[in-house]
Amino acid sequence: MEKNAWFIMIYQWSNNIISSLGFTTEENYTAVKQGNTGLKYYKNPFDFPEDAMLSLIDDEHLNNAFSSINTKQKTAYTRFEKAAILSAYKALEKTNIDVKSKKVVFILSTTKGNVELLDKKESELYEAERVYLWRSAQLITSFFDNPNEAIIVSNACISGAAAQITALRLLQQKIYDFAIVIGADVLSKFIISGFQSFKSLSVDICKPFDKNRCGLNLGEAAATIIYSSIENNRPLLSNNIVLLNGAIANDANHISGPSRTGDGLSIAIEKTLQNTNIQDIALINAHGTATPYNDDMESMAITANQLENIPINSLKGFLGHTLGAAGVLETILSGVALLDNMLLKSNGSENPKTICPLNIVLNNQNSFKTHFLKLLSGFGGCNAAILLKKT
Amino acid sequence: MNINIASYCRLTNHKLEVNDIDIQIQKTEASSLNDIYRHLNLSYPKFFKMDNLSKAGFLASELLLKNIIIDKETPKKDMAIVLMNRSASLDNDRTYQTTIQYENNFFPSPSVFVYTLSNIVNGEIAIRNKIMGESSFYISENFSPEKIYSAVMNTFSDPNINQVICGWVDYEFNECDVLLLLIRKENQEKIPFNVNNIYHLYT
Repeated sequence: MEKNAWFIMIYQWSNNIISSLGFTTEENYTAVKQGNTGLKYYKNPFDFPEDAMLSLIDDEHLNNAFSSINTKQKTAYTRFEKAAILSAYKALEKTNIDVKSKKVVFILSTTKGNVELLDKKESELYEAERVYLWRSAQLITSFFDNPNEAIIVSNACISGAAAQITALRLLQQKIYDFAIVIGADVLSKFIISGFQSFKSLSVDICKPFDKNRCGLNLGEAAATIIYSSIENNRPLLSNNIVLLNGAIANDANHISGPSRTGDGLSIAIEKTLQNTNIQDIALINAHGTATPYNDDMESMAITANQLENIPINSLKGFLGHTLGAAGVLETILSGVALLDNMLLKSNGSENPKTICPLNIVLNNQNSFKTHFLKLLSGFGGCNAAILLKKT
Repeated sequence: MNINIASYCRLTNHKLEVNDIDIQIQKTEASSLNDIYRHLNLSYPKFFKMDNLSKAGFLASELLLKNIIIDKETPKKDMAIVLMNRSASLDNDRTYQTTIQYENNFFPSPSVFVYTLSNIVNGEIAIRNKIMGESSFYISENFSPEKIYSAVMNTFSDPNINQVICGWVDYEFNECDVLLLLIRKENQEKIPFNVNNIYHLYT
């Protein structure tokens, strides 16, 4: 990529994470670095008739933090909207970006938005249109008085990477100066019961890539990355993360199960790594949901690309599978760790065993390499890879 | 190199049009999507497991690609699917909600839940035709030729992609609203892919 004359660097100007582990990137990174998980056992969460291991955003904390920034709007916002707006607000707060400019676009990555409003018990406060993703997106952009219609990416669990790839393309073409990529999903009876019906939930903290892995944990989060092609006036001029490339490919195999061969993910990785020196890659931050099939599929795609010796981790054992937020949240944490010369341990991975052996990060370790690869796969047979580096 | 509209299919409750030809369907039952399936003499039993959104997108793709994709088995890495709609998967989400609404009648179904994602329709079209390029789904309040055009041109920024199935695939409250286009990079000059032509085929 860097050999092309037209190549324009896309910088991370700012970021934020709202999750069970805190409401800033720093709080989240510190907790994960110390090995703290945000996953907890909940009794009948959201009126779901069973118990579940989840990572939830604290309601009281969210409401208080949101009230302190919402000084003018009278709208009643949903949890999803509050988390998304708060995350974008906190990312913007660290910058001098004029969010009212035509050159700033919001890109929203979510799988289910306000889907809990389909439950009549939940919907009384809100107008019928609030279940539509575009309506939430309108409320987010109007909160910030941004004049552009938001771009809404809803591509199952790869949405967070797909949204960053969209940002990359728009910024490289100079259509916008800034792209504010928000990945957000909150949990509900709707989502938890669905994953439970698939028998894909683990009652304990999930074990990515482990021989005893038996399912995933769900999590909720809102995470924001602000990307820009502008080099000057960046808040962190000397230490920064650049988004280099990304690709999406379909398995064309099954709508709800990962490909048994890893073909789609393998194609996405291959396209993303064109012209990259593999020796520069510090880390593969995998999807690593801890379902038996997903982790095996990833091991095959990684091995097919001869990347099996590169250290690999999954962050699902800290924050669960945060759906449309996962790609944004995990990209931020992996980037911050790399700037700290740190590879974060893959929480829950104790005795790694996948069809193709991988080099799992079992304890935090140092690395002074520059690049990392983020992988995601999802229902509908979609797979994504993105490549970032520190400058 | 030209970027052309190689084929199109418009499917609504009242109209089925493929490359300027109106297709008349004999309506026999409540679901006109099932009628179209029978009219096309397809043999693809998975169709009946799909939700309405996937059925609508799948049928339009079968008509769009008829005489174009003959070999459905060979992997097509140069082909992408880029779709957009207003209501995501809300039509099927409402169906799923009825399975979890009442405590004394709580029976969440995995076969319904799997269709609670809008991009499953991409997956169904990809599986049927072994399409392994990019797969994307965007949401927009209204049909927007500009957004479709821009998303497709972004997809062509990957030099390995030569053809894109794109368009608007919406199904909600028994209203079907689909326009699928096959966009190809070609040497010949045909119907050019541009905002006006997308709009013209929709209306």
